[in-house]
Amino acid sequence: MTAPITTAGVPPAGAVFPKKSYLNDGTTIRSWLLTHDHKRIALLYLVAVLIALFLGGVFAMVIRLELLTPGPTIVEALTYNRMFTLHGLIMIFMFMIPAIPAVFGNFFLPIMLGAKDVAFPKWNLTSWYVYIAGSTLMLWGLITGGADTGWTFYTPYSTTTTTNITPVMLGVFIIGFSSILTGLNFIVTIHTLRAPGVTWFRMPLFVWAVYATSIIQVLATPVLGLTTLLVAAEHTFGFGFFDPARGGDPILFQHLFWFYSHPAVYIMVLPAMGVISEVICAVARKNIFGYKMIAMSSLGIAFVGFFAWGHHLFTSGQSAFDAGAFAAISMLVGVFTAIKVFNWVGTLYKGAIAFTAPFAYICGFLFFLVFGGMTGVALATVSLDVHWQDTYFVVAHFHFIMVGAVIMGFLAALHYWFPKMFGRKYPENWGLLAAGLIVLGFNATFIPQFLLGNAGMPRRYYEYPERFAALNVASTAGASLLAFGFIIIAIYLAISLKYGEVAGRNPWGSRGYEWDVPSPPPTENFDAVPVFTRGPHEYQDVPEELAKVGHAI
Amino acid sequence: MNEIMRRLLFLPEQASTFAHDVDNLHYFVITVTMVSSLAVGLTAIAFFWKYRRRHENQATPFVAPTALFEVLAISVPLFFFLVWFAIGFRDFVKLSSPPPEAMDVYVQGKQWMWKFAYPEGPNSIGVLHVPANRPVRLLITSRDVIHSVFIPAFRVKMDALPGRYTEIWFTATKPGRYQILCTEYCGAQHSKMWGEVVVMAPEAFDEWIKEQQRGLVSRQDVLADETGQVTPQGSLAQWGLQVAVRQGCLRCHNVDTKEPATGPSWVDLYQQQIKLTDGREIVADEAYLTESMMEPTVKVVAGYQELMPNYQGKLSGAEAAAIVEFIKSLRSDRTVQAVGGEE
Repeated sequence: MTAPITTAGVPPAGAVFPKKSYLNDGTTIRSWLLTHDHKRIALLYLVAVLIALFLGGVFAMVIRLELLTPGPTIVEALTYNRMFTLHGLIMIFMFMIPAIPAVFGNFFLPIMLGAKDVAFPKWNLTSWYVYIAGSTLMLWGLITGGADTGWTFYTPYSTTTTTNITPVMLGVFIIGFSSILTGLNFIVTIHTLRAPGVTWFRMPLFVWAVYATSIIQVLATPVLGLTTLLVAAEHTFGFGFFDPARGGDPILFQHLFWFYSHPAVYIMVLPAMGVISEVICAVARKNIFGYKMIAMSSLGIAFVGFFAWGHHLFTSGQSAFDAGAFAAISMLVGVFTAIKVFNWVGTLYKGAIAFTAPFAYICGFLFFLVFGGMTGVALATVSLDVHWQDTYFVVAHFHFIMVGAVIMGFLAALHYWFPKMFGRKYPENWGLLAAGLIVLGFNATFIPQFLLGNAGMPRRYYEYPERFAALNVASTAGASLLAFGFIIIAIYLAISLKYGEVAGRNPWGSRGYEWDVPSPPPTENFDAVPVFTRGPHEYQDVPEELAKVGHAI
Repeated sequence: MNEIMRRLLFLPEQASTFAHDVDNLHYFVITVTMVSSLAVGLTAIAFFWKYRRRHENQATPFVAPTALFEVLAISVPLFFFLVWFAIGFRDFVKLSSPPPEAMDVYVQGKQWMWKFAYPEGPNSIGVLHVPANRPVRLLITSRDVIHSVFIPAFRVKMDALPGRYTEIWFTATKPGRYQILCTEYCGAQHSKMWGEVVVMAPEAFDEWIKEQQRGLVSRQDVLADETGQVTPQGSLAQWGLQVAVRQGCLRCHNVDTKEPATGPSWVDLYQQQIKLTDGREIVADEAYLTESMMEPTVKVVAGYQELMPNYQGKLSGAEAAAIVEFIKSLRSDRTVQAVGGEE
């Protein structure tokens, strides 16, 4: 019962919306909340992470508005401290970490492997409920307990604060399980459910990236869980793990925390890199330049990322030898990232590039990744970090990577796969306009923050000396532009869901495996076990469906 | 050139010997970053223009990287990163190795102020006086949560950890006033935990410290801590002796002879190479002496038993500093003089 699948035979124009798809296979709320379909679970995640993005964005705007003037502006010091804690925790644990793997990974990983679903569909649904439970507990704790520790929970401040951080720590602990379950599920799926023809080195690069991400999730998250429990226990029962006044060691916390939280950066950025590898092939209609280099550098980043955590502790009294060792290892992450950048640019060579919204996001992504990455290597250059540590330079650097690169990846994925997920196109002109606003807005927000860091403005400052005022105003202005861009996207995507032009199976002419199924896909993805006779990034011959039109090259 | 780059990058003025080293590396790093990003960006734009899609059904040739490309893609960034690292690490080692002749100042952070204490006696809140062109070492601790001493104009920063001493040093080059900021989030008033370094001409500083010593009686409440305890007049070392007597340190540690008692003698202990029970050899510096008060069983000197009680929570940061300073004053050539201060 195997049927070879090709991209031939689908009418390019006048496409009709399929009568049956995963979207209308059961229309009750119950059919959504109890679904085992990876595509529906992906949409459940999509709704949840978009709510998180909205909340985190609102708190970010409160922060930026407060910093518009050197003195108190719209909120009090305590409220401000809670705002950046909320912003950080929501954006990292509720948005960044699940955003790409749990939404697009869930939706496309099985299709890209030619599978009907992930290996453990019930676990998949469980992980969504665990995520919702953990997030709810964390948010409830943040709002009622008023935690003001920042997302880093540095001890002994976090263990001696009078605010109630225990539910927040437990919430983070629970969300961690969701991350572990998803990661494990993906690893097993990739190992066991590849269809005939999908060998390891014919897997789409997005799958490689999700694979590397899943390994980090499974190996690193338990350490975070352990650490949050220890902090909660110390705060509640007064055990002396981290507070020196009770015989503990505050630096031990920093080691444990960054052992997870540094690799966590790669949990966020690796899937975005995977998205870019997919999208750049489709928009340039070109095979990926250096497939193995890109695939292997994902694994390289995942591996090396585990041994770089000490670069967060250069000014914590760590020995000079340790600082040097961690710095040197951190440089390797930069090398792996550089390999990817060169290969993406190389992919454009002799391609056929279409300037669409996904391509605009690729440009933004490359810009933010190169600058974010290079400033990251600069920060790992030990003596320079002494000046930059805990200043706005660090804030700007990680926002370039986490907001710049990751959100560019997320938006590129959302636009590129929107027609596949919902069967309809978004308006390209509005897409380009919003992409332009967002790239511009990010730069206007965060480039002034690099300069603020150079000038010496520390992070987490409610009030600041007068001399930092001008750059802060510029940053806030940029943030407004950014918010505006997001609002435009929300509006046109919401309208396109119902009124967008019907996309047809493969509107991009992409050779990715996921475009071989109808848009939106049926519940089972494939009628029979598919056999893939080509790689996912091969564009040497004329795309079949367009070849019918009859132009010669 | 230096001035143009400094202003372009919004860097603060350069008021220490490190500032120049750090900024030069900064300029090098930012130049490499800009040039390489520009190269990548221009290549991408050129490709985008040259290889834009010309018709809807365009196919493309299969292109794969050559071995040379792969080698270059790895080795060129690695080379530059390692050069940055080599320079940065060299400077960092310098930053972590105070010269032996450096003048010491004890720094204590607490929510939300900085206290500075000089071994000669004077102390102050919020304002640190240092001489220009002489190396100054800051011995930093915290009384509550983690803080961080940051002097942007000097390009130095070091965390203040409760129960431990960390150190950093600098040589200020220009007399003037420079801001100190706290850079480790420490609660509601974190953004107001500011201080000031006053860099004075060396002669003016010597004059100032003499004057401070004369005026100590009227300023003795400055170091009062939560126990209401007041620094007695005189030097930090003299106060350290009184704390040591009160805490019973001298029941087990000799201070007038190098003979060991229940514990090692304090005479000549500072900067001595000592052997631990686990075979390691370490130097008895400020960090070790403080650790031995706070967690005595971690590093026990070879030949002694684990008898010493834990002073964590019993000694304030300032008291621990005073005892360290007292131990430092106990050199066999000066012993009589130091003990002579006892009532």
